[in-house]
Amino acid sequence: MTNLHTAGRTRTHKWQVAKRTACAFGLSLALLVGLMSGAAVAQDPIKVGVLHSLSGTMAISEGPLKEVILMAIDEINQNGGVLGRPVEPIVEDPASNWDLFAEKAKKLLTQDEVATVFGCWTSVSRKSVLPVFEQYNGLLFYPVQYEGEECSKNVIYTGATINQQASPAVDYLMSPEGGSKKRFYLIGTDYVYPRTTNKILRLYLTKAKGVAEDGIAEEYTPFHHQDYQTIVGKIKSFCAGGDGAVINTINGDSNVPFFKELANQGITADTCPVISFSFAEVELQTLDVKPLAGHLASWNYYMSLKSPQNFRWVKAYKAWCEKRGIPDKQCVTDDPMMHAYIHVKLWAKAVEAAGSTDVEAVLKALEGLTISSPVGDYKVDEKNHHTWKPVYIGKIREDGQFDVVWKTKEWVRPLPWSELTYPGRACDWSGDGLGTYDMVNGDRVWLSSQQ
Amino acid sequence: MFRVLTFLLAICCAAGPLSVAPVAAATPADYAQDLAAAATQRATLEQIRDLADPAFRDLLQALKEGALYSWPEGLLIFTDDGVFVDLAGTPLLDDAGEAVFPEEGLEQVPLEEENIPLVQRALDVIDLFAAAPNVRRSTALRLGNMQDVSLIAVLQKATETEQDAAVRTVLVEAVNKLHLFSPDAEARRQAVAYFGDTRSEAALSRLRDMRQDETDAGVRSAVVAAIQTIENFLLVRNSVGYIFNGVSLSSILLIMSLGLAITFGLMGIINMAHGEMLMIGSYTAYVLQELFADYLPGYLDYYFILALPLSIVTAGCVGLLMERGILRFLYGRPLESLLITWGIGMVLQQGARLYFGDQTSVSPPTWFRGGWEVMPGLIFPYSRLFIIALSMLSLVMVYLLLYRSNVGLRIRSVTQNRDMAACVGIATHKVDALTFALGTALAGLAGCALSLIGTVDPEVGKTYIVDSFMVVVLGGVGKLFGTVLASGGVGMSNKLLEPLIGGTAAAVYAKVSILVLVIIFLQLRPTGLFPAKERTAAGTLR
Repeated sequence: MTNLHTAGRTRTHKWQVAKRTACAFGLSLALLVGLMSGAAVAQDPIKVGVLHSLSGTMAISEGPLKEVILMAIDEINQNGGVLGRPVEPIVEDPASNWDLFAEKAKKLLTQDEVATVFGCWTSVSRKSVLPVFEQYNGLLFYPVQYEGEECSKNVIYTGATINQQASPAVDYLMSPEGGSKKRFYLIGTDYVYPRTTNKILRLYLTKAKGVAEDGIAEEYTPFHHQDYQTIVGKIKSFCAGGDGAVINTINGDSNVPFFKELANQGITADTCPVISFSFAEVELQTLDVKPLAGHLASWNYYMSLKSPQNFRWVKAYKAWCEKRGIPDKQCVTDDPMMHAYIHVKLWAKAVEAAGSTDVEAVLKALEGLTISSPVGDYKVDEKNHHTWKPVYIGKIREDGQFDVVWKTKEWVRPLPWSELTYPGRACDWSGDGLGTYDMVNGDRVWLSSQQ
Repeated sequence: MFRVLTFLLAICCAAGPLSVAPVAAATPADYAQDLAAAATQRATLEQIRDLADPAFRDLLQALKEGALYSWPEGLLIFTDDGVFVDLAGTPLLDDAGEAVFPEEGLEQVPLEEENIPLVQRALDVIDLFAAAPNVRRSTALRLGNMQDVSLIAVLQKATETEQDAAVRTVLVEAVNKLHLFSPDAEARRQAVAYFGDTRSEAALSRLRDMRQDETDAGVRSAVVAAIQTIENFLLVRNSVGYIFNGVSLSSILLIMSLGLAITFGLMGIINMAHGEMLMIGSYTAYVLQELFADYLPGYLDYYFILALPLSIVTAGCVGLLMERGILRFLYGRPLESLLITWGIGMVLQQGARLYFGDQTSVSPPTWFRGGWEVMPGLIFPYSRLFIIALSMLSLVMVYLLLYRSNVGLRIRSVTQNRDMAACVGIATHKVDALTFALGTALAGLAGCALSLIGTVDPEVGKTYIVDSFMVVVLGGVGKLFGTVLASGGVGMSNKLLEPLIGGTAAAVYAKVSILVLVIIFLQLRPTGLFPAKERTAAGTLR
């Protein structure tokens, strides 16, 4: 069986070589005839992997990412493909199961030999595929906001780091237009993401923003917690002075009873805004939005952004939904979707620039690469594999969309390692860079060489 | 003559607007160019703010949202519908009526970061006089927290013209809040007195600051007195609040476990799918809500009235099927029935996940939103009051059914001594099926009611089942009254412990302490609060 398989592959390889030679000889002919008839079609496709959960608990969030990735690939193929070759997506369903993420990633890299993978949502799924990508020197594009403290050579992180989502949210709340808030109630589900975020936020609030220690309250509830009566009562007193705000990192289903209780006890965004980091348009479509209306979110993109680029993109996605039979109600775009779409375009541009799909060459080409996106120009950092982007604070509307109430004027630079928790730590993959390093007495000490 | 007249008329027409223009209402177009230029942006915004003219709202909003563009022929606003309109509101369309996006010379008008507050203030001043009361209310609330005394004038102007009593109260409070920062000691003293009189905690943190830094002795003593009044009131209010929280949680526990008190308590069947029976009730409410939204959107609120009885029917039918189909073969084999019901629970859970997906929620009818304000700042949510009433009602009904009716007599006789009951001619199998269905129907009702305050998702059953078993076991298996007392005890002590424990995870520790207390209690009294003295179904069947 294995032998047969290998034989098949060798034959393909030879066939490829023959084809390429033929192409080189027939270049002038192709130039004359080929452009219109689509020389790309005659070429062997470049395979890329799509690794998002299409079933299980994460399907609701990750499903739309697969759609925009396929849409971007379709657009690329319509325009002649990459390096004159069509792009062929290989879609795998890891079923919201993080063990399966690693298995499927290994399959994509070793069996399908894909040029790159677009995938993952939860941090645990990313952590689970990380060793696979590092072992086989693959390339992963990761689209979701996360807690940072990671910088792999084989991953391009386009979602927000904490300083691109949480800290600007605090800046906004403390500004006059955000209500000059001075007291913060940090509430979250009891697991690693809220604890890490709040650890950094607490340092940020006290060290960088001068908030008093007793102006911060912290509270955690277990997963699937339903009873927020007492906590909401506490929040109500906490906010009564009008100078308090809530920073919410509650996970998934518990948000429903939390926001219902807030609304029932008469807490509105005017006196006590709640800012959340995990609701985007897609999640809001499935929730009862009424109790959430008026509260805030912090993202790098909203479907309601008023720019022609965004409008064109949303229109294109609506057309895609129609083609794919996705009901109009579910056909919304959001921040992770925008990033997933940009991934494909970034990769394609980098491959064109590098002239090959070789991971090392593509990674080099990605350094400092800019691309136009629904939020305007978008840039990959020259060194740390994260991206520069604007931050928007949005107010939740009753229809599950957002009104932009504040935005950063410039791109915010990505800092995977917070200056507050790890002073002097940063990441550099450019040139001779070996990834994460600490500055010790003015010298870089690479973490990779210490292990 | 006629010619002269027309000439004069023409002059009038030409001169009229010319001479009036600088005085009459300025249009947004007049300010457009200055607003777009960085150098003059600030001064222009200050002028617009002082005009407080609603005609500028769209322009300011667009500038703030980054939807304002400049191009050679003037400023354009990009609207929600994806069309560019000029400042007069004329959309930019081509001959076919399609939106045109100018490719050349289009540039977003930048809003200087230091000018954002200015735009916001200009918008707020316009919104303070908006047509919608809730916009006026929220603007007043926000401005009241600005700590900027210069806002008092505009807020007072708004108070004078305000017709809506509720908004007026907010405006008055906002003005008083700002007066706390006034340089005039008398104004501060009056504001402090206002907060003392209304016992409102809205300015408590500011008052506490004033206790430290207030220079005027008269104001200072007023501050101390006001804080004392407010804090005394808060103590009373919070105590009432905690007791209500306890009652509310008790009623939730009671309604959750009533069904289990019958299936487990009376019949002795360890029904691990009890949580999923609640889930079925919740999903009944959800499905009805979706159907109403699709077919009877005008009567959406009434779905809940239909959902209550329907959830009883649905869960009851599922219970009947379970009993007739599987459980009746397993009487007297508690381990097997435990495993089977657990399996059924998992099947139902995954079925719901496949069919409904993972995030669904029920939107309570509008009459359940908000609550009854018992005292200033303490609201009893209507949904919780409804659940308290419903659990009381269910309890009374179950009591009447079990202890005051013929059916109840049969149920009790079968569960107490099956053989004897069969001997006197009671169709025990029929009674078994009905009793089990009754238990699951009650669970369905509970699920429907709890969807008002909780989630509707496939795993919701897991959160209910532990609490339900705890209450039934603690109360003493087989005793309805024990279940009532246990749910009251657990609910109250949980809610009174929570504020006592404090810290970052009070909810978790309160729950842990309750479990520990229950374990200790059961060590001392293994049969619960009210041990059953008669021979139970489980006993006779074994």
